[in-house]
Amino acid sequence: MTADTFTVRFFARLREELDTEKLTLPAEPGLTTGAILASLAERGGAWGQLQGKQPVMIAVNQAMAKLSTEVRAGDEVAFFPPVTGG
Amino acid sequence: MISIQTEDFDPAAEYQRLRDSGAGTGAIATFTGLVRDSGDLSDVQGLYLEHYPGMTEQVIEGLVAEASSRWDVRQARVIHRVGRLALQDQIVFVGVCSAHRSDAFAACQFLMDALKTSAPFWKKEITASGEHWVEQKDSDVARSDAWQ
Repeated sequence: MTADTFTVRFFARLREELDTEKLTLPAEPGLTTGAILASLAERGGAWGQLQGKQPVMIAVNQAMAKLSTEVRAGDEVAFFPPVTGG
Repeated sequence: MISIQTEDFDPAAEYQRLRDSGAGTGAIATFTGLVRDSGDLSDVQGLYLEHYPGMTEQVIEGLVAEASSRWDVRQARVIHRVGRLALQDQIVFVGVCSAHRSDAFAACQFLMDALKTSAPFWKKEITASGEHWVEQKDSDVARSDAWQ
């Protein structure tokens, strides 16, 4: 990862359905997690669910985040399905 | 103390460790969760547990801190297993020491309810005909929300 990128990680059902564990994407000023989801959903196919009815949970730097959370270079963003531990 | 591990655990040894932790303790509440044969599917043969290393521990530490701010918690122990588990295997342990039983019960139940909806763990049910990610239950969300 270079200084002007961030990583996106996927877990559980999302990781399997997208067949992707990790992406490295370019950071842009003012970028939010919501905008990242919208842009990934445009890839079509299984990626479309990122903007669908199924809820996607979001973490930035391993803390729960919202659609409006800003993402900066070097951040670790994670998208995952609602959790089902215990 | 928080452990995310593939290995099994010994509830008796965990209880003894909690018991040895201090003279102020008047009550210890413990909970152990097991893998059962029915969940979203009826013919479950086992589970696969995935987690988000690093974040899982931080979230549980936050839940223990919240429990400690709401109740008298002298010591808390959370163990959650990951990887492949068979029927009847122990999957989760929560133990809380307190001066009084009401605080021990409440903190233990809060931690367990919050774990199910806040900590990044995902369960996959394994059956003879395939594997299936478990969906989050509205009832689990309602139980966790009830502590707000």
